[in-house]
Amino acid sequence: MDRYTEQRLFGLLARASAALIVGVLALVVGVTLFRGGRVFLTDPAVAVTPPGSRYMLDGGGGFLHAVLGSLFIVVPATVIAMVLSLSTAIYLQSDYSSERTSEVINMFLNVLWGTPPIVYGVFVLTVIIAVGAQTSLIFGVIAIAIFQYPIMTRYADEALKAAPDTVKEASYGVGATRFETARVTVRAALPGVIAGIIMGFARGIGDAATVLFTAGRSTQMPGGPFDPATTLPILIFEQAASFNAEVRSHAYAASFVLIVAVLALIVASKLLAGRYARFAPGGRHS
Amino acid sequence: MSSTTDHGAGTDGNPGTPPSTDDARSDRLEWRLTIERLSSYWLLGAGLFAIALFGLIVLTLVQQSIPIVSEHSLLEMVTSSNWDPAQEEFGFLPAIVGTIYVTVLSMAMGTPIAILAAIYIAEYAEGRTKMIVSSFIDVLAAIPSVIFGLVGLIVVVPFVGDYLAPALGAHSIGLGIVTVSLVMAIIVTPFMISLSVESLEALPDELRESSLGVGATKWETIRSVLLRAAGPGIFSAILLGFGRVFGATIVPAMLIGGQTAIPDSPFDAGETLPTLIVNDFGELMSLPLTQSALILVGLMLLVIVWLFNFGAMLVRRRLKRRWQY
Repeated sequence: MDRYTEQRLFGLLARASAALIVGVLALVVGVTLFRGGRVFLTDPAVAVTPPGSRYMLDGGGGFLHAVLGSLFIVVPATVIAMVLSLSTAIYLQSDYSSERTSEVINMFLNVLWGTPPIVYGVFVLTVIIAVGAQTSLIFGVIAIAIFQYPIMTRYADEALKAAPDTVKEASYGVGATRFETARVTVRAALPGVIAGIIMGFARGIGDAATVLFTAGRSTQMPGGPFDPATTLPILIFEQAASFNAEVRSHAYAASFVLIVAVLALIVASKLLAGRYARFAPGGRHS
Repeated sequence: MSSTTDHGAGTDGNPGTPPSTDDARSDRLEWRLTIERLSSYWLLGAGLFAIALFGLIVLTLVQQSIPIVSEHSLLEMVTSSNWDPAQEEFGFLPAIVGTIYVTVLSMAMGTPIAILAAIYIAEYAEGRTKMIVSSFIDVLAAIPSVIFGLVGLIVVVPFVGDYLAPALGAHSIGLGIVTVSLVMAIIVTPFMISLSVESLEALPDELRESSLGVGATKWETIRSVLLRAAGPGIFSAILLGFGRVFGATIVPAMLIGGQTAIPDSPFDAGETLPTLIVNDFGELMSLPLTQSALILVGLMLLVIVWLFNFGAMLVRRRLKRRWQY
């Protein structure tokens, strides 16, 4: 094979691979939107109707419990993870920690980042057993927050690192303390920080393995923080292969709701990042 | 901007503000310094939280898996193929074999495609196309894995059961290792692509220019210069991808069929280590020994993923030195 044929062949292969991936994405999103949309759009009330008393058997009612459960678990978890991850990210900057310290912490963060979500689930369940509690919404919040923490820290750290040094220097120059400077830096890095928070939210709302054993897989409306709850991914996981067509169709409808929510979050993260770019020095192009 | 600094700057020499006594000014400074001190404790705590969390997870898992390790030897459990928690038989071999099958198959399918697609994005695509393709890949990376599982049930299961397996002369009910591997290959590619694109794009343009300048074709430049220079990053992306597939839970649990015997062919149903946890944790929580065995599985996952991560770091460092440009 002469070198030009090889060049053409591999150029073609590279294009084909990219096309394949885009095609697969279109297929996944398309199938979910089509199969789920067919159920959801004929009866949108299914997402705001509480489940019937024998929900897992006959699919009576709707899956409001999972929608609410997802919100009640992921929103507080994101807030907790946001506070913790932003603080960690600030600490990782050179103002607070030496290069060596931040390298060590980063190593642990990378390990946490790569840890399978199921391990977090097992860990929190072990804690639940150890303290003698029952699986409930509050432990779902903890599990998701732990899961989001390394993801959001990475985004925040990258955003803060990318903030121009001039901001920091100017702030120190007028006599601000480290904390005051950190606030200015966060503001300069706001687009990236917010994009990271939204991505963390999206990852949290889509994850099933962490909450599978910790939130309690309830089929009733969530009562309070210490009652069992369920989330949309758990509902899809448990009902996708059900023998009852009605129960199965709810999994499809739930997947429609979930994918629309996740896609909307991604779009929102891009838009917000652009919008907040005006806080970043250098203008609105980002 | 924080009001503290605005105000602090305004008090000096601005005739509009009420005259401030030295007392008030030093109170103000005192207050700012107190905040500074308190916040630095909090931030130090947050920095150490990452380490503490990791330590806590490892310690808890280790402590909880002591009962099972003291009952059965680890070697015996890893090599026994009999998994029957009700009879206190804990053989992890079927799950280990299943995990290796899934990991190797999906990486074998995913890696070449990921590298080629990364090359396309970094070196071939331009302008609008590049933006669209790479944001598609970002979207693909953010789609929850349950949705891949669901689409797998709808699309891949019938495809494998009705077309792929008969075409290869095997029998399959649709659920099984191949099905899981196909779906996992899709899940893991965007992750590897974005890491590989990053390391390809970080390369200086002089590399491309000088290679093209001595007469290499574009592909020769990519193959012999760019892939080599970006090699450390790409290798570590692959290793991190391995870790991803290895710990994947939801998709295998939905598609593998849950059968605790050593699979004869890749088209068989099986188990992976994470699905072992999913399938048995709920029902068998009352049996302390089973619980301990499953926590041990969690610990094994953690340790192996940690090894992958560590390997990725080492490989990156070593290759960086060897493949210097």
